[in-house]
Amino acid sequence: MRLVTLAGPPACGKTSVLLRTCAALREAGVSCAVLKFDCLLTRDAEAYAAAGIPATAALAGGLCPDHFFATNLEEAFAWAQGTGAECCVIETAGLCNRCSPHLRGALALCVVDNLMGIDAPEKIGPMLRLADLVLVTKGDLVSQAEREVYRHRIRQMNNRAVIRHVNGLTGQGCRELAAVLSRAPQVETVTDMRLRFAMPAAVCSYCLSETRIGSRYQKGNVKKVKFGGPGAGQTEVVDGD
Amino acid sequence: MATDALTLARLTVARGRDKSGRPEAGDVDFAPGQVTALLGPTGSGKSRFLADIESLADDDTPSGRRILLDGALPDPDRRFELQGRLVAQLTQNMNFVLDLGVERFITMHAESRQAADPAAVARQIIAAANALAGEPFAPDAQLTQLSGGQSRALMIADAALLSWSPVLLIDEIENAGVDKARALDLLVKSDKIVVIATHDPVLALSAHRRLIFEHGAVRTVRERSAAEKRLLTQLTEQEAEFSRLRERLRRGEDVDS
Ligand SMILES: Nc1nc2c(ncn2[C@@H]2O[C@H](COP(=O)(O)OP(=O)(O)OP(=O)(O)O)[C@@H](O)[C@H]2O)c(=O)[nH]1
Ligand SMILES: Nc1ncnc2c1ncn2[C@@H]1O[C@H](COP(=O)(O)OP(=O)(O)OP(=O)(O)O)[C@@H](O)[C@H]1O
Ligand SMILES: [Mg+2]
Ligand SMILES: [Mg+2]
Ligand SMILES: [Zn+2]
Repeated sequence: MRLVTLAGPPACGKTSVLLRTCAALREAGVSCAVLKFDCLLTRDAEAYAAAGIPATAALAGGLCPDHFFATNLEEAFAWAQGTGAECCVIETAGLCNRCSPHLRGALALCVVDNLMGIDAPEKIGPMLRLADLVLVTKGDLVSQAEREVYRHRIRQMNNRAVIRHVNGLTGQGCRELAAVLSRAPQVETVTDMRLRFAMPAAVCSYCLSETRIGSRYQKGNVKKVKFGGPGAGQTEVVDGD
Repeated sequence: MATDALTLARLTVARGRDKSGRPEAGDVDFAPGQVTALLGPTGSGKSRFLADIESLADDDTPSGRRILLDGALPDPDRRFELQGRLVAQLTQNMNFVLDLGVERFITMHAESRQAADPAAVARQIIAAANALAGEPFAPDAQLTQLSGGQSRALMIADAALLSWSPVLLIDEIENAGVDKARALDLLVKSDKIVVIATHDPVLALSAHRRLIFEHGAVRTVRERSAAEKRLLTQLTEQEAEFSRLRERLRRGEDVDS
């Protein structure tokens, strides 16, 4: 089965683009299955199902959806294989911007929209930096000048990726994107595949449901900030013990 | 990786069909530095024609047109690459969304285009935009605070002078609140393929040629004649007189003398 990870901030247009791309793939005789990893709520699975695309969603609840994704990837892959699909796409809305679902040996897509502000490409982190293909949506809502500056910013963060403009509303570019997906790497099994980016360690007492404030309750991976350090507006981070 | 700038010597809209499926009159070629006006009654397909160019149509829109670049149909990879880049479009529903000052933003744009002196380029563009806008804006004004007309003026100046796109499409500039004669002047000098849908006679005659639309298709192509160019001069004078009068009325002056 061909394997694709599709990551991007919430509401940037991932589902809109993928719906149209899957439709184009189907016309070309390639069937898709889609998995959505999200935090609290998603209607994406219904949207895909309504378009006749086998889909399922998994909610991470209090966990990072990307960590949750890594933990459940074997099961997810097995589900997609069970649908008989030729191409499996995994959509995640990485919330912390520090994680990335991208795998070595699978096609890695990142979607960003033109409305997120000029510093967004820098803030988005590894899901953009380590993508093979960056898709920019919502160009219809901004000026050409903004599109150009934004694209330049993306290029500065990832000089290896192919950058393409697509439109989730009109479907512009989705037929061509479908051709790219139909050439995504074939993967036999996900067992022993590697993530492209080590997920940040985030196990502290608050990860384990601590609610009380105070140093004495803080254990594990704790970082303490020294506020008002040298240089105006600078703060120093020191590792706690 | 190729550079972001693009060159194009010729764009061809290969003929499609009208709303009843009858074939269009013929193919239309567009060359850099040439301004083409699209005319025709409401609903006759001018905006559709612009959208066909913008999307690099490949028999996948209601009109069945195809866009050829330098005489050839771009292959799917090339088409994907050019999507959103070959064509700068100015429509009424476009706005600046970035939370930045005008000068800072245009300087940033100039830097991304590797201009030798980005600050100077930014000053030039802001001056050009202010020459088009009714009420000038300060270089440190926020992009999102510009009026509709000021935004459009800045978009036109930037697209004409700094954008990488060799094709510029404009839908009904006459309603954009900018000085259309000056805007046209700027565009003609920009060496881009410029296509303008319009209902305005001055704009129509300012263009080098006009495509006349009917029932969703191009019916005729008319080059501007020498007599029409003279008529344009006359019309422009009348318009200037008209705006002088409007200005005096706005200032509360006597106009009965
Ligand atoms: N104007 C415009 N709107 C778009 C475009 N692409 C998506 N949208 C709109 O953006 C909104 C969010 O789109 P989705 O496809 O649900 O975004 P998503 O990234 O899948 O969202 P989550 O899965 O919830 O993170 C919808 O209202 C879309 O119609 C685009 O290219 N242009
Ligand atoms: N060749 C065609 N085949 C099918 N439908 C078409 C064709 N040309 C235009 N249309 C459709 O006709 C409608 C009106 O066209 P369009 O909006 O382009 O008109 P217009 O000339 O821009 O009008 P206005 O002057 O009011 O802006 C649109 O829905 C458009 O998609
Ligand atoms: Mg979604
Ligand atoms: Mg129109
Ligand atoms: Zn995370």
